[in-house]
Amino acid sequence: MERIMVARASEIPALRSRTVTVGGMEIAIFKLSSGELRAIENRCPHKNGKLSEGIVCDHHVFCPLHDWKINMKDGLVQAPDEGCVTTFSVEVDEEGKVYLLWEKGSLSA
Amino acid sequence: MKRKLVLVGNGMAGVWCVEHILKLAPQQFDITIFGAEPHPNYNRILLSSVLAGDSSMKDIVLNDWDWYRDNNIAFHAGQAVTKLDTANKQVVSDKGITVAYDELILATGSLPFMLPIPGADKEGVIAFRDIKDCETMMETAKQYKKAVVIGGGLLGLEAARGLLNLNMEVSVVHINNYLMERQLDETASRMLQVELERQGMKFLLEKQTEQIVGKKRVTGVKFKDGSLAEADLVVMAVGIRPNVALAKESGIELNRGIVVNDYLQTNVPNVYAVGECAEHRGVAYGLVAPLYEQGDVLAKKLCGLECEGYQGSVTSTKLKVSGVDVFSGGQYNDEPGTRAIKIQDEFEGIYKKVLVREGKVVGAVMFGDTSDSSRIFKLIRTGEDISGREKEIVLGEGFGGKSGSGGAGVESMSDDEIVCGCNGVTKGAIVKAIQEKGLTSVEEIKACTNASRSCGGCKPLVAGVLNCTLGEDAVTAAKEGVCGCTTLDRDEVVAAIRSMHLTTSKEVMHVLEWNNPEGCSKCRPALNYYLGMAWPVEHAEERESRFVNERNHANIQKDGTYSVIPRIYGGVTSPQELKKIAEVAEKYDVPMVKFTGGQRIDLLGVKKEDLPRMWEDLDMPSGYGYGKALRTVKTCVGSTFCRFGTQDSISMGIELEKRFERLNTPAKVKMAVSGCPRNCAEATIKDFGVVAIDGGWELYIGGNGGVRVRASDLMWKVKTEEEVFEYSAAFMQYYRESAKWNERTSEWVQRVGLDIIREALDTEEKRKALVARIDEALNLMKDPWKEIIETPELRSMFEALPEKEAAAAAE
Repeated sequence: MERIMVARASEIPALRSRTVTVGGMEIAIFKLSSGELRAIENRCPHKNGKLSEGIVCDHHVFCPLHDWKINMKDGLVQAPDEGCVTTFSVEVDEEGKVYLLWEKGSLSA
Repeated sequence: MKRKLVLVGNGMAGVWCVEHILKLAPQQFDITIFGAEPHPNYNRILLSSVLAGDSSMKDIVLNDWDWYRDNNIAFHAGQAVTKLDTANKQVVSDKGITVAYDELILATGSLPFMLPIPGADKEGVIAFRDIKDCETMMETAKQYKKAVVIGGGLLGLEAARGLLNLNMEVSVVHINNYLMERQLDETASRMLQVELERQGMKFLLEKQTEQIVGKKRVTGVKFKDGSLAEADLVVMAVGIRPNVALAKESGIELNRGIVVNDYLQTNVPNVYAVGECAEHRGVAYGLVAPLYEQGDVLAKKLCGLECEGYQGSVTSTKLKVSGVDVFSGGQYNDEPGTRAIKIQDEFEGIYKKVLVREGKVVGAVMFGDTSDSSRIFKLIRTGEDISGREKEIVLGEGFGGKSGSGGAGVESMSDDEIVCGCNGVTKGAIVKAIQEKGLTSVEEIKACTNASRSCGGCKPLVAGVLNCTLGEDAVTAAKEGVCGCTTLDRDEVVAAIRSMHLTTSKEVMHVLEWNNPEGCSKCRPALNYYLGMAWPVEHAEERESRFVNERNHANIQKDGTYSVIPRIYGGVTSPQELKKIAEVAEKYDVPMVKFTGGQRIDLLGVKKEDLPRMWEDLDMPSGYGYGKALRTVKTCVGSTFCRFGTQDSISMGIELEKRFERLNTPAKVKMAVSGCPRNCAEATIKDFGVVAIDGGWELYIGGNGGVRVRASDLMWKVKTEEEVFEYSAAFMQYYRESAKWNERTSEWVQRVGLDIIREALDTEEKRKALVARIDEALNLMKDPWKEIIETPELRSMFEALPEKEAAAAAE
């Protein structure tokens, strides 16, 4: 498990996201209305839409291309569409630094 | 490490399976696909509709080249796999490429069966199986006249219909004494024959082909009885057989096809087979629905998900020939032990037969009206015991008469009844999608559920389900309703916003008890608009509720890049401005520079992070080519240069564009100004159109040149330019205040009625009040590009965070 500093929490406005490329993979880090952060691969399983540009409603994001609804907690696409997006755990320390927890081999999970 | 998945065969079955794998576990496999044909994956079922001229080759592509690239699939098109080495787990193509696999899917499909008769190798003798065959038919039809189709089954008749459309004289040769004997009983078949003869097809029944005659090219077909039919083209459509050549060499167990178990596994570990090449429980299917069911099971199996194995399919058939409705499912011939319910109406040309054995429906044949087919097919599949109730259940509602397309029949369908046979989509799944996703069209349903995506035969049924679910009147009303988060409609929500003085979306959703606490992608932008319209000063713009285009002030493209359209007022530019645009396009390596339909220039393929810098270099206002706002005011040359022009349409267009640019509107608004009634600016298909006449102006509203073309209505004739501005502003504000979010003026004028709009603007007092309110909103608007450039917090949102390395990813 790697702990990678990717941002400061203040760099991400509520209900918006920022993207970061880690080890070649583009990841979108969202801030929910509660202030909680969620990180998912920035790629809709439907047509590769950039989820970072989607509208955030509670812990869901709507893909901007064709409106697929994705649960950012488990990465699951909501019915009636199907699919799954890779999710990552995020930690914030007391200074507001945001860390991505990069599991070894997490990409082949 | 990702597992290496190799698919041999780029047809519908194999690629369907891969699509499912990508959905279930997008990261699990490195995928390689071999396809013998030099095309991306296409819908073989629709080849007959390409021949019939209803679709083009492009229309039938299911996954285009980009799909392979976007999903990182190594796609070897035009390469057949010729060697399979199961010991070393690798495949070799005819062009010499060797690829190793962890899991191998054989989806090699089937081969048309060519009659082994003398002359079968002559030029002009083909099968009907792939794009190339289709192309050959189309080419041949340009030079030759006479076609003979051997085989009076499903495929043969579809080929024959296509050749008729290509203006060939077509004779269908059939060995039996009636057509489609594997799907139809004689009565239905005779009715079909009469209809096809009426369409121009000729039939040679009970003929056995002995020889194809001709020199190099075919000139005729000779039959066993000594007779001869002239032919410039012979299409053999006598059947297919599983393509097992590759498996044969590799010790994989074969029977008629590649033998697989319920999980599509062959007897060799890690080798699977799906589709027409596979034989499951003694059956090799040649129809699409079973292939999809198999693909679903195999995808789950490969992704390690638990599932019930494939249990085999009961198949049904529909003939895809325009103007002929034929259905067949299960057993279709009377036998001892079966009893039938038959209806035959020779006036309407309808025949229906349902066979019942021991209280269960075992098969059905229908001709002329197939609207009951899915209900009856469900009875066949489920094997429900209907003893004692046969007639009421089978006859059902409307079984006797012609119930139209998808009308009454749909209502009585149960939720688990299949609407789309190709893709196995039930009525319940469609209803759920309509309700949850707010779908309002067959196209949306197709995109969302796959229903009607393959042969398209169920489109009327899908439309019927849509009508039933929303109610015929509500198909439009529901479309413009708020969303699934509330039962309140637009007017109720706006009334609440005004009367309770609600100024944020959060308040609205809380006070009006939204059932999703933070709304959805439909209501959030709508609420942001209504609030801004009702309280232009107090409401603070909610960027997070804007659709991406209106937040980034550029139009997102399918690959995640953006397009940039600067404002070019009235379509009038200058050499300096053009040079500047050209320099910016060069500096940022813009992949495409294109003129828009609205007399402007579009820079396409711009990276998000380049947007602010480009705007800075352009130093032009945003053209709002992405927003629910005034897009462009198209103008003709007018009296400035044109010898017919009666008024200065260019100045009028520029003035209107300057007046209303940046204004938020319920949906996009397009305007045009024509300098004379010749109307070169096409003002009568715009939301607001101005046409100059001698001594005045005509004002048109509610036009649309897009999805649903609508010519606008002439509302007012005015004399002065001031009046044009007053009426246009009053009209725009009345539209802003009364339309639903996302409702174009063309829909709005039809909903509220022209009289109401005319009345709202019929006194100067009313117009002045509307103009005052629009001015209040307009005064607050700033150029968004400039605002982003000058505001660091906004600008930083266009930059990605610094890239990071990851040790684990480097492995």
